[in-house]
Amino acid sequence: MKHHSERQAFGVEEIVHELKHFLPAQAPLKDFVHHNTLHAFQHLPFFQALKQAHSQFGYKGFLSLDTYRQLYREGKIKGEILQQVLKEHFGILANHWLVKLMDESVQSHEDAKVGRFRSHWRNDYHFNLDKITHPFLFRLLSAYLDQGISIWSFPVEAKGFLNAIRLIQQESFSSILKTERAKGLLAKSDLGLEELLEILVGKPEAYGWYLFDQQFAHPGWSGMVSVLESQPGSLLDSKMITLEDLIKVECLLEIDALDQKFGESWSPLGVRFHYDTKELFETSLFEELDLVLQCWQEAFEWSYYDEVLAGISAVNQPEAKPQVPSFQALFCIDDRECSTRRHLEFIDPQCATYGTPGFFNVEFFFQPEFGKFHTKSCPAPVTPKYLIKEKADHKKLAKDAHFHQNSHSLVRGWLSAQTLGFWSALKLVGNVLRPSSSALEVSSFKHMDPKGTLTIEYQGLEEDGLQVGFKIEEMADRVEGLLRSIGLLEKFSPLVYLIGHGASSINNTHYAGYDCGACCGRPGSVNARVAAHMGNHPEVRKVLESRGIFIPETTQFLGGLHDTTKDEIEFYDVEVLSPENLRLHQENQYKFSKTLDINSLERSRRFDTLKKNRPLSGLHEAVKKRAFSLFEPRPEYNHATNSLCIVSRKSTIKGLFFDRRAFLNSYDYRKDTQGKALAKILGAAAPVCGGINLEYYFSRMDPDKLGAGTKLPHNVMGLIGVANGADGDLRTGLPYQMVEIHDPIRLMMIVEQHPELVLEVLQSNPATYEWVKNHWVHFVVIDPVSREFLRFKDEGFVPYSPKAKTEHLDHLQDKLLSTKENLPVYVIDSL
Amino acid sequence: MELAIWIQFMIGIPLLGFLISLVIPEQKEKLLSRVAFYTAGINLGSVLVFLVFWAGIGFQALNLKEFVLFKTDHFEFLVDFFFDRVGAVYVVVGAVLTFLITFYSRYYLHRESGYKRFFNTVLFFYLGFNITVLAGNFETLFVGWEILGLSSFLLVAFYRQNLLPTRNSIKVFSIYRIGDVGLILAMWASHHLWHENITFLKLSNAELVSEHLAGHTGIGMFIALMLLLAAAAKSAQFPFSSWLPRAMEGPTPSSAIFYGSLSVHLGVFLLLRTFPFWENQLTVRILIGMMGLMTAIVSTMIARVQTSVKTQIGYASLTQIGIMFIEVAAGLEVLALIHFMGNAFLRTYQLLVSPSVVAYLIREQFYGFEPKAKKTESSWMNRLRISFYVWSLKEWNLDRFINKLVFNPLKRLGHKLDFLTYRSVLYYFIPSYLLGFYLLVSGYRIPDAVHGVLPAGFAFIALLMVLKSFTERRSARLAWTMLLMNHFWMVLAIAENENFSSLEIGTYLSGVVVFGLSGLLIISWMKSHLGQSGLFEYQGNVKSYPVLAFLFLLSVLGLMGFPISPTFIGVDLLFSHIHEDQVLLAFFAALAFVMEGIAAVRIFARLFLGAKPKLDGKNQSGLPETPSSLLSVKSSSFQS
Repeated sequence: MKHHSERQAFGVEEIVHELKHFLPAQAPLKDFVHHNTLHAFQHLPFFQALKQAHSQFGYKGFLSLDTYRQLYREGKIKGEILQQVLKEHFGILANHWLVKLMDESVQSHEDAKVGRFRSHWRNDYHFNLDKITHPFLFRLLSAYLDQGISIWSFPVEAKGFLNAIRLIQQESFSSILKTERAKGLLAKSDLGLEELLEILVGKPEAYGWYLFDQQFAHPGWSGMVSVLESQPGSLLDSKMITLEDLIKVECLLEIDALDQKFGESWSPLGVRFHYDTKELFETSLFEELDLVLQCWQEAFEWSYYDEVLAGISAVNQPEAKPQVPSFQALFCIDDRECSTRRHLEFIDPQCATYGTPGFFNVEFFFQPEFGKFHTKSCPAPVTPKYLIKEKADHKKLAKDAHFHQNSHSLVRGWLSAQTLGFWSALKLVGNVLRPSSSALEVSSFKHMDPKGTLTIEYQGLEEDGLQVGFKIEEMADRVEGLLRSIGLLEKFSPLVYLIGHGASSINNTHYAGYDCGACCGRPGSVNARVAAHMGNHPEVRKVLESRGIFIPETTQFLGGLHDTTKDEIEFYDVEVLSPENLRLHQENQYKFSKTLDINSLERSRRFDTLKKNRPLSGLHEAVKKRAFSLFEPRPEYNHATNSLCIVSRKSTIKGLFFDRRAFLNSYDYRKDTQGKALAKILGAAAPVCGGINLEYYFSRMDPDKLGAGTKLPHNVMGLIGVANGADGDLRTGLPYQMVEIHDPIRLMMIVEQHPELVLEVLQSNPATYEWVKNHWVHFVVIDPVSREFLRFKDEGFVPYSPKAKTEHLDHLQDKLLSTKENLPVYVIDSL
Repeated sequence: MELAIWIQFMIGIPLLGFLISLVIPEQKEKLLSRVAFYTAGINLGSVLVFLVFWAGIGFQALNLKEFVLFKTDHFEFLVDFFFDRVGAVYVVVGAVLTFLITFYSRYYLHRESGYKRFFNTVLFFYLGFNITVLAGNFETLFVGWEILGLSSFLLVAFYRQNLLPTRNSIKVFSIYRIGDVGLILAMWASHHLWHENITFLKLSNAELVSEHLAGHTGIGMFIALMLLLAAAAKSAQFPFSSWLPRAMEGPTPSSAIFYGSLSVHLGVFLLLRTFPFWENQLTVRILIGMMGLMTAIVSTMIARVQTSVKTQIGYASLTQIGIMFIEVAAGLEVLALIHFMGNAFLRTYQLLVSPSVVAYLIREQFYGFEPKAKKTESSWMNRLRISFYVWSLKEWNLDRFINKLVFNPLKRLGHKLDFLTYRSVLYYFIPSYLLGFYLLVSGYRIPDAVHGVLPAGFAFIALLMVLKSFTERRSARLAWTMLLMNHFWMVLAIAENENFSSLEIGTYLSGVVVFGLSGLLIISWMKSHLGQSGLFEYQGNVKSYPVLAFLFLLSVLGLMGFPISPTFIGVDLLFSHIHEDQVLLAFFAALAFVMEGIAAVRIFARLFLGAKPKLDGKNQSGLPETPSSLLSVKSSSFQS
């Protein structure tokens, strides 16, 4: 993070570079992946970062004081925890601060720095520049980047946005710019940004401030451009664009508008008003209010964490079972599988479940039959070298004529209206009164054709610089890595399930955020199937054996996909099972389906508009319907309420009810004495789970600036983003409907391993350590020997003893439907 | 039972539903949505049953003379309903779509703040829609027309704390208001043509119409053109098209039902309804056809370059409505009706499923992408292609065109009065008004030459007042006072013109005074309590003062002659005193009426909408000053 400490020189290039760093880094909708919204501040300790982000950009990172006090009155912030937090911060002055927290109206109101400079256009030049330039700029950008909404495509082909605008200006009777000076500037082939800023701003030390103001007046579009500059591949119909081009075009439009209004004689903004870019980045001092809010937030967080740790210490460690489990099932670490695994273990107490990132340690690009492109099927930061191709006979795309562009033209539109129009009335009545599956739906099961075949084994083919399929050795590496990370090295059951997950929804622009994050926002079906195939491969088994992992011949791996919206499951390549295993599988299938019924019951408690007083199967049907009801903005609640990431053996948390709030990663400290597996797990879990958690956190805390606001008025722009209405900026972050039930608290990672080893592992990877050190995630270690909890603090560990009492629940279902609010941590004895 | 009575239900059920929905508390989501759902559902059922009976009498047009709202010796305000084939189609489509949308929205809007407001407004809209399509004369139609305008404003500005929706809602309202001028002037002229409140039933009597028009081709033409203006503004025809995409700011279902289907087709309805009147005026028919053609061509081009789903659907819908204008002009009523139904359903559906477009089109692209073939064409063709693209992207500058043509000249006129302050208004205009008033009452004989220009002169002063209010930024109080004064000057103008009885004046001014004063009171209160008095920015006070905002909205409505205030009838009354040959006076009066509405809504929007209010220190701290009670709660919970 060197560039943060030294901000002396502010050349235009550095400014543009800085801008890219601060702008929202959200990819086009189809590639939506969760990440830390405030990634630009991650080098700072969490609360300092919130302060800095607030004073620089006006971002809100806290609830309001009122809300915290309300939570306290409702008991959601516990008194004794609050006291504990205050004592830790202030020692004997704790009570003094308690009064401040409770009563004092400490509120400083300072406008964000970014935006101040350019506001002089409006306030002192009495000219609403943005009102004139923004709509047209957005329209131009959107037209240039459009992926297939418009019927006429962008009329010129040019390298880059600025060149395209220049070409249009030259080659048409119409005109983008109106005034002579602006036209002249545009015509220059070596137009430099400084030249434009000289006219607009005048003072070099203010250029940076001006550009931040200008670009953060529409962070959505600027962020999109900046992402597309660095990942041009995320547009299928590729377009070349750079942030610098965008800035130049915007400056030209501004000069054009100003010249039109004032002639060429107006004085540059920086000459009349003095701003220095350096001040924009100055460290903001922590004030009393910040401390008050910090204490409230910490108390809010620990009120829950304390319960969790108390719960873990209340678990009776069962005697290690000697026998082989009835079957083993690997699920994704996703918080939505947390309840699935719990139910499955109660329905079949002899089975064993594991959690591991849902790409099952196989990374590749996937190309479905007839697909013209590849999609990445592994965590976003990884760049695979492999390609898996699908071969299928009959794969038809479901169509819906209502999306055909015919209906938008003149004559064919006339025919459409008279014919299709009446058909749409029927469809509408049909879908509103009786929702059913249709071509509009995004279904996780349609990602891959289960009857098709995959080219998993390398046949000597290369395509687009990718190796088609894996070699034996490469397969063995991946299977070994998978098994070692979860500590499954012996006692293999006859059936080992690998269950990926995906989601289904309709009328949902953010559908990619609902699928598996470890598969880059796609369903995990292909990965599950590929990994299972690798595990079953006799050659692979031989290699594994040579590396000390002996998998009995009777053991077979089976891939599957869990649809988390509909709570349905599908298995792949069942035909490879031996007759004996097939029989076992049929028995297990019944257990899975029962599990999913109960899982849908547990999920249904959050759904307000769903009638609960009906039999289990009816309830499940009603939950399924949400996946294809046009009018349902909440098909499922996705990761909402997530707040824990537990890296441990299942026995450590056996029977605990976490209310679907935990990412669970299986890890056996006894089998990882070197910490190699742990390093890999933490390296992935911190950014993935932490990223998800923080995206929810900030979207919930500041739905206007960091979230996408309510999704109801969203309008799809160019297939890459959504805006409010016709002229708005692109919205980044999550829609309010996704985060409304989310309690904004940071993620707590709990790791079961010797603290010295954990610290060593953490510090060996600076990227991961930054998350922990700066408290973007909380970190607790369970000492496997003493069973003590150790909390990460000041680059070391300090003991923590939980205060809460954990309630025993005989029968979970009695409690489940009693409230739609968060439930406390329970130890449960039965479903 | 006479079948015509049944029409009352089609108005009564929505009215009842709307009123019930007003009193249900915000938290009762289920009840609210049920009321809306059943209102639309029951009405749909009732209409369908009615249609069976109606078929029994052979689809004969029905007229229901409801009641006389106001009557003097030369003027009658009659509420009248009419049901025929055109009305039937509109009522049925309206009922079906409203029914579906209310069902849809009860889940879609779940947990949305403003749930109640949404259903209130949708029911209000539905009421206005039914009144409009079932109206039996222009006066009744105008009532519905005004309700539609207001509910559109409220729904576009549904996200009232945000800037763009607020700004766009004013834009939509302004264009609607331009349409209202057309309707008012058409009503004015038709008073003079028929010397009564002509019902649409009579209007469908071809003989009667041609008989009356025989000697009055000029006025006939005028009426037709004004109707066309009203229809064009409501249906976003050329050159008014640019408001339509900007209206898509509310929740998707409201955009679907309003701007995709019902609201935007009402211009077509007005033309169908008045078809017998202009049937024999070839020029008018050609003009309507041309307007439709122009709209169709321009908006299909704009639709082709749209890169956002909703605006594309909006312009595509507009293209079809342009064609409907052609169909109506050609006298193809049945075709136009079928076309209307198909288009309304199609666009509603397309808008409702518009979020699905991402997944659907990306999937299609993923499996069927063909890189664009390089086009080889002559450089001139290429130039033309690029030019058309850019012009379409700029929406053919229609927005700027309307601003340049209509609003900017008015603004300039208003700015001429920038020297006025609240005080100077009190010092100059009130005394001069009183003088004029005194001269009038005392019966002082002004020389005829002067007297002849007085009405128009006074009306012009009234108009200036409105324009000043429209451009005023420094003081909300001044802007509002000017609006009030406008009415007084207007009354003076008319009273100079003709004998304006005190009952009539009373009717007109009673609403102005009551609502004007209540508005003034609210502005003064805000000035003293919030220190806010200017209109430079959108202040967004609705969040902190919802009740005040509602009361102020009522004042605005009353002042601008919305059908809750007697001024509504007064306006009609006032126009009845303008002679057929006083086109200038009529023009000033009509323009003042239009701008009054826009200016009043603008004041409302600036004071209450469009921003998240910046809270001052007092309100932020949160808790009321009861520290001791809090402390006790605290300490007890610590002990436990």
